[in-house]
Amino acid sequence: MTEDSEFAVATAGLTKRFKAQVAVNAIDLLVPRGAVYGFIGPNGSGKTTTIRMLLGLIRPTAGRHGLLGKAMPDHAGDVLPLVGSLVEGPAFHPYLSARANLVRLDSVDRHADPRTTTMRVDGALDRVGLLAAADKKYRAYSLGMRQRLAIAGTLLAPRELLVLDEPTNGLDPQGTREVRHLIGSLADDGATVLVSSHLLSEVEQVCTHIGVMHVGRLLTQGPIAEVRAVSEPRARVETDRPEDAARVLRALGMTDVVVESGVVVGTLGTLAPDKVVAALVHDGVPVTGFAVAQPSLEDLFVSLTGEGFNVSG
Amino acid sequence: MSAADLATSPAARPLRHVSTRFLRSELRLIFGRRRNQAGMGILAVVPLMIAITVKLSTPSPGRGPEFFGAITSNGLFVALAALSIELGLFLPLAVGTIAGDSVAGEANIGTLRYLLTVPVNRTRLLAVKFAAITIFSLVATLWVSLVGAVAGLALFGGGEMTMLSGTQIGMGSAVLRVVMATVYLALCFASLGAIGLFISTLTEQPIGATIAVVVINVMSFILDSIPQLSWLHEWLPTHWWMSFGDFLRDPVAWGDLTRGLLTAAGYALVFWLAAWARFSDKDVTG
Repeated sequence: MTEDSEFAVATAGLTKRFKAQVAVNAIDLLVPRGAVYGFIGPNGSGKTTTIRMLLGLIRPTAGRHGLLGKAMPDHAGDVLPLVGSLVEGPAFHPYLSARANLVRLDSVDRHADPRTTTMRVDGALDRVGLLAAADKKYRAYSLGMRQRLAIAGTLLAPRELLVLDEPTNGLDPQGTREVRHLIGSLADDGATVLVSSHLLSEVEQVCTHIGVMHVGRLLTQGPIAEVRAVSEPRARVETDRPEDAARVLRALGMTDVVVESGVVVGTLGTLAPDKVVAALVHDGVPVTGFAVAQPSLEDLFVSLTGEGFNVSG
Repeated sequence: MSAADLATSPAARPLRHVSTRFLRSELRLIFGRRRNQAGMGILAVVPLMIAITVKLSTPSPGRGPEFFGAITSNGLFVALAALSIELGLFLPLAVGTIAGDSVAGEANIGTLRYLLTVPVNRTRLLAVKFAAITIFSLVATLWVSLVGAVAGLALFGGGEMTMLSGTQIGMGSAVLRVVMATVYLALCFASLGAIGLFISTLTEQPIGATIAVVVINVMSFILDSIPQLSWLHEWLPTHWWMSFGDFLRDPVAWGDLTRGLLTAAGYALVFWLAAWARFSDKDVTG
């Protein structure tokens, strides 16, 4: 890996093979500095395995990777102090309080200043809304609180990169919103965020970039608008004469025209939406509703993989 | 990386070179845990039981295990009698519990991956874990001696101590001899702890690692008792443990004790290195 600091995360041909299964298959992941990168894919698509390799927890079978411009795992000691991470859900000592658990994490950090531990621990707990429950035993925490505590653990020191594996797992809608907000504020502070998720809508709202994983492969990645541009906007016509409407749309040159329960959907291409409505009215097809929709990430995923967003085998 | 990179990095935090924070945190985890406190309580029961039963029974010199007959002459012998009883199972079990927990316990609850991403260097992790095991072994063994000595002195009094070789030494020297014998045994148990540390890197089940340590300990005693295997005896991890009585000779009979310390050091070194070889590039998936 070169001293290429344009990317906070860069991998080349990163591969992990477990006996018979290739969990991660030669991926070239590129996360530009300052990006909020949504790393999406169904459960079992290789996201967590990739993240474990990035952080040096497991060894790649092949390929190289670097964080913040430095090769891993050789420079783990220099790089990881600048990286906050949440891997595979929270994990703490059950019989210690939340505060004692964070102090424990801080005391193994050779870069941490013991004189500021209390201040930093309380600051991190406050930022995730756990200060009032700081002295409760971890064992008594709900899944949502545990998740927040793990996020607090990443905030004990200033970070240049945050790697968050499914950070909203187990959170209620309010908690999910808060985490999204937190990710936004961390990005505003200048940190790069790599956030993995199997919930597409969650990623859509907060990310500047996305990468799509499927059965161990990185299907596509880039700025969210660019990735989306691959799939064109689709027009949706509500009418009581769907077959006639479909005929008109096809005549206009629209592709992928499908009729489903009184609704006709087709890809617009370069066609202007108002032309479509005009043509329908001209041919005497009553239009009760008309909309142009940017395809959702879920549609995008289906178009990339040819299958639904289900668990990969 | 260049020094300039670090200096300009907004999040640059200086590396603190010499720090015992990690070790102190380990010790807080070990001694703060309710289970381990209960274990220390059980370790204390044996010397108390010995002191009380000897006090209540009619003295019958020359019978029973080593040191028992001498207890009525000097209470300090309660400490030595308790050690000779607990070295068979209780103390190795206590050290095995801590050692089994050391890596497998963290892997089991998942905290291992968070330690490694802090980051904690894996070699440093194993060094600190073994240091904590050794300190625990010292504390637990000294604790048994302390409880035995206090109970013994309270019930039987102190004074001059008659050595196994027949001569008498003063109270101060006697206390020193007991402390030396205790530390000797603690180091022996710590070497068993190194075996436990190694096993702990093989599994994510701390109980399994602890059981394995106890099995090795008991196997070693069994093999040591089979005369046909006499060629093997001096290499067994537990073979020199009973030699701690040699501190009660005047002068101290260092021959077997030296062999015992070398054996302990050998086991500790070999198994610590085995743990390192196993753990340094292990995939941490838990």
